[in-house]
Amino acid sequence: MPIPLNVIEARRAQRDERGPTAPPTEDIREKVFELEAKGEWIVQRVPEPWVGVTTKYGRIKKIPAEHTWHHKSCGQCGHIPGYSTAIYWLNRALDFDYNDPKDQTSCTAWNYYASATSNVGAQAAVAMRNFGAAYESGYFPTIHCGTSYGHYKEVREELVAHAELRDEVRRICDKLGKPFVMPEEIVHYSEWVYAMRHEFAQRRVLDLSSIDVTVHPACHYHKLVVEDAIYDPDVYGGQRTAVVSAVVTALGANVKDYSTWFDCCGFGFRHILVQRDFTRSFATLRKIEVMREEANPDVVLTHDTGCVTTLDQSQFAARAHDVKVGVPVMSEAQFAALAMGAHPYRVCQLHWHNTEYRPLLEKMGIDWRERWREFEDDLERLRKGDKQFLTWEDADA
Amino acid sequence: MTLQARYADVPVETKQRLFDEVRADIRFKDYLFGCYECGICVAACPSARFYDFSPRKIAQATGREDLGMFYEQLNDDIWNCSQCFSCLRCPRGNNPGGLITIMREVAINNGLTSARQALEGYGRVVYKIMSTGTQVSPDMLQPNAFPDWGPHVAEISENLELWRRALPPETLHTTTTAWYVDDKTLTELYLIWHMTGVLDMIKEVDEGLHMILNDVMEELLEEAGYSTT
Repeated sequence: MPIPLNVIEARRAQRDERGPTAPPTEDIREKVFELEAKGEWIVQRVPEPWVGVTTKYGRIKKIPAEHTWHHKSCGQCGHIPGYSTAIYWLNRALDFDYNDPKDQTSCTAWNYYASATSNVGAQAAVAMRNFGAAYESGYFPTIHCGTSYGHYKEVREELVAHAELRDEVRRICDKLGKPFVMPEEIVHYSEWVYAMRHEFAQRRVLDLSSIDVTVHPACHYHKLVVEDAIYDPDVYGGQRTAVVSAVVTALGANVKDYSTWFDCCGFGFRHILVQRDFTRSFATLRKIEVMREEANPDVVLTHDTGCVTTLDQSQFAARAHDVKVGVPVMSEAQFAALAMGAHPYRVCQLHWHNTEYRPLLEKMGIDWRERWREFEDDLERLRKGDKQFLTWEDADA
Repeated sequence: MTLQARYADVPVETKQRLFDEVRADIRFKDYLFGCYECGICVAACPSARFYDFSPRKIAQATGREDLGMFYEQLNDDIWNCSQCFSCLRCPRGNNPGGLITIMREVAINNGLTSARQALEGYGRVVYKIMSTGTQVSPDMLQPNAFPDWGPHVAEISENLELWRRALPPETLHTTTTAWYVDDKTLTELYLIWHMTGVLDMIKEVDEGLHMILNDVMEELLEEAGYSTT
């Protein structure tokens, strides 16, 4: 269905007149600073340099360019490691200082949403332990996982609203010897990719003008604490989150619309692990098949762990049922890295993905056969013991 | 027999106690403001398309304190939720997904049979996250665990150790955890589980798992000089 742009633009004009000084919800960050003034916690400031971006109701959010502490994602690191690797590669491509910590735990929210074998105090303590570790390092947290990001924003609201919860978690942090710290902003990596999209576009080496992309916005990015997600009047009239879509456009590829964009991917947290009949059906029938019928994309891009996994892995079994599948799936970070000349295997690690992606690479102008041969040579060196690990220098050779 | 009739023999006092536990959660008042019955939450809900499940009914039963329907949902509905929070589209600001999070916690805390059944096969994941600090690990990619993902899983599994060494970031050269987590950090995580009563929750639904986790954690905590009593 076409977007009624005239209506949306009229609304936008009205909103612009009203201005960002009258947003419809309170700004949680004011409360965060009030609590700091009362001595309740430390607020870790966004380091310079930062980029200002607009959130849903027009407020400016600070996105740190560098000096970032990378809060890794369980599913990305565990099962699709080219996702995390591409995020680091993009940082390195811009010569940015970053920290890949070993004192970070999972946010544990995947398990919480799947099994409820935790509680509000434990979840907040896990979050604040990680924030404390980031503060101690001097780097600012940037969160790779959409669920961690959404969950931490909920934790921030709960901590701000409930003094007894703050007291409980502060006692735990004291016991751990960790400072009690709330970051000034809770930042998702895709917000950083959005903020840096023009830098990436300047470094693009591939012509992507023939590449059609459908975007799946991650639920826990734009549905949890909605007012803190990035929106841009130039992307769908400000009616959908702008992350990912704006990156695709900046890189010169084509964003294609489809009617079920608001639907979740079917991940389900517990379903993807123990009840995948639901996951497979939803991912293929409500997402991939609709995309194929309405937009026929070359690739699906998204910005969260579970979404890439679900949309990619679910397509195999659906082939047996003649469902219209066969669209490769990756993160926008991997796509941007490829556009900038990153190696599809050493960096983007596409061999961990399931759905056939080689036709996409060919259309992007990447000689995947030669790149795979290079990677197989790397593996042989590792196998023989000539090297123990592939390094960043190898990745960029 | 109607669904609620299935639980007619459960004393109303039990249903009331469980409902009161849900209502006592500090988040409850932020998750429920009344219901227009507009059905927007149902239209947005993926689980409603697949199961006999309705986030609208969750909000209504909770709002009306309908103990019969609440108890039925606590046993038959809540584990169908995808926890995607699409239902936050509610024009009243209700959060049916959040209510379900709380209801699930109450079901676990009380060791309901339905909760135990819902988590069958999930124990290894609870063990992984609580003992290693990462939810999934590369070595979980086994063909027998993911047969519906096709032969590609077997290829990963066969090449796992080599492929993990072919990752440039140092923290990813792991096979049993998603990334490298140092022992001090693990100790801190274990202390959080102890201090917040999470291990007691596990005991309610899986005593064997509780025993294993306790053994793993106590050793590291005692080595670090923490008392777990």
